[in-house]
Amino acid sequence: MVKSVLGTNHQGLRDWLYQRLTALVIVIYALCLISFMFFNPHPTFSDWQAMFSPVWVRVLTLGFIVSVLFHSWVGLWTVFTDYIKIFSVRLMLQVALIFGLLACLFWSAEILWGLSV
Amino acid sequence: MNKQRPKNLNLLTIRFPLPAIVSILHRISGIILFLSLPFMLWALETSLHSEEQFNALKDRLATPCFKFITWACLSAFLFHVVTGIRHLLMDLDIGVSLQGGRKSAALSLLAAFILVILAGVYVW
Repeated sequence: MVKSVLGTNHQGLRDWLYQRLTALVIVIYALCLISFMFFNPHPTFSDWQAMFSPVWVRVLTLGFIVSVLFHSWVGLWTVFTDYIKIFSVRLMLQVALIFGLLACLFWSAEILWGLSV
Repeated sequence: MNKQRPKNLNLLTIRFPLPAIVSILHRISGIILFLSLPFMLWALETSLHSEEQFNALKDRLATPCFKFITWACLSAFLFHVVTGIRHLLMDLDIGVSLQGGRKSAALSLLAAFILVILAGVYVW
């Protein structure tokens, strides 16, 4: 076997694992959010702001968003690879996807930290 | 090759098995969730911006059009989670037989259907 120069050995296994780990993070965060809504069915602005004010909540929320973005990357990479046979089109879509996901990441960070000051 | 072999290209008589339908719906719901990311981030940004914007968002989300969008996003999420759990169980060697796959597909469809109805009740 020739070793890949790009170091992409076991990339499929790594993606498989990332997809499952991020899925777990997403479900756990969603359950926390659902329980917040359960105990606070009609949150006011101050309730809502108070929930997001501790740094650890913001860090966990950003962790959740990063998980969503990683999960989207693996999922959409699979969808593109399965259905888009033309290499150049697929490559463009993947690059566009990376830029879109990065934009979402910076936007989320700005939402969680930028606006409070 | 035998030219008289039976052919069936009538797409109306070719039916996907249930696990295939659940699988493609898992993909479609995932794509919908990805496309709804900007909407959700916009809602989060607006809700945390100020009290006026929070209340304006609340009023806007109470309109039928936005209720439908919220319900659609929630439904896609619930469906994706339920069928995703089915995938995780199959990773644990649960329901990997043909019959098991059909059964879990039917079960996850039913569970997702109930959750989607409950989400609708919650939103409206």
